[in-house]
Amino acid sequence: MWTWFYKLASPPHVYRVAASLTPWFLGAAAITIVYGLIAGLVFAPPDYQQGDAFRIIYVHAPSAWMSLFAYTTMAVGGAIGLIWRIKMGHALAAATAPIGASFTLLALVTGSLWGRPMWGTYWAWDPRLTSELILLFLYVGVMSLRPAFEDSGRGDRAAALLSIVGVVNVPIIHYSVLWWNSLHQGATVAKLGKPSMPASMLVPLLSMLVGFMCFYAAVLCIRLRGEVLNRERQASWVREAVKS
Amino acid sequence: MGGYARYVWPCFGFACAVLAWNLWSARRYHAEARVRALRALAMAGE
Repeated sequence: MWTWFYKLASPPHVYRVAASLTPWFLGAAAITIVYGLIAGLVFAPPDYQQGDAFRIIYVHAPSAWMSLFAYTTMAVGGAIGLIWRIKMGHALAAATAPIGASFTLLALVTGSLWGRPMWGTYWAWDPRLTSELILLFLYVGVMSLRPAFEDSGRGDRAAALLSIVGVVNVPIIHYSVLWWNSLHQGATVAKLGKPSMPASMLVPLLSMLVGFMCFYAAVLCIRLRGEVLNRERQASWVREAVKS
Repeated sequence: MGGYARYVWPCFGFACAVLAWNLWSARRYHAEARVRALRALAMAGE
């Protein structure tokens, strides 16, 4: 039953699976993002308070969610590598870091552009904004730490440790709007009760979220293949893989 | 865009740029790793 799971520790298996999944994820991302953009920019009605500025949510919220998801993936990969000494865990963490950092930057920039017309400022030292900025610094720290060691194994372990310690920031970001006074609006979609959005606004948002997740998975598969090749350059199976 | 175009369009433009950069850099990373692996194989006498 768990054979498929154990196989994920095998570099040649991961390399082959990532190659076969990439086009499917890219295709799904293209369809859902194009639908989300058209539905969100053309068919969704303007918000009664924020007018058309609310449409920024269609790139801001998915990128912010992905920044948290990618960080959690990176920490889980690091933990797998650190605890069970599975090389693919470190490879997964290394492959996901630049993607997560770019989504975090996108969330910060689009949030800033949304903040200007709504709050009257591009930036405020608000709990949500500040904790998201710390997330970007954590990504940069993890990415800088790994190549800072001559021994790649030590670099992997140090980066894994930092990413695991930094994962405490993920719930802080999520709950910061509840725990402290914040300019940032509260949860809109992920509420225990009914989401406070009509379906005409919510469906494009969910479509964009699925699109961003599929895009992340596709880019992760491509990066992971590069990461596996870099780490397994001397392995015999690489000969067949790179020549095909 | 009801007067908000100068905030909305840069957001979508930047998002497109970030997604395009992600795809391009990932492909380049994989291609470079492949070249390095081929070079290592050639040096090993293949």
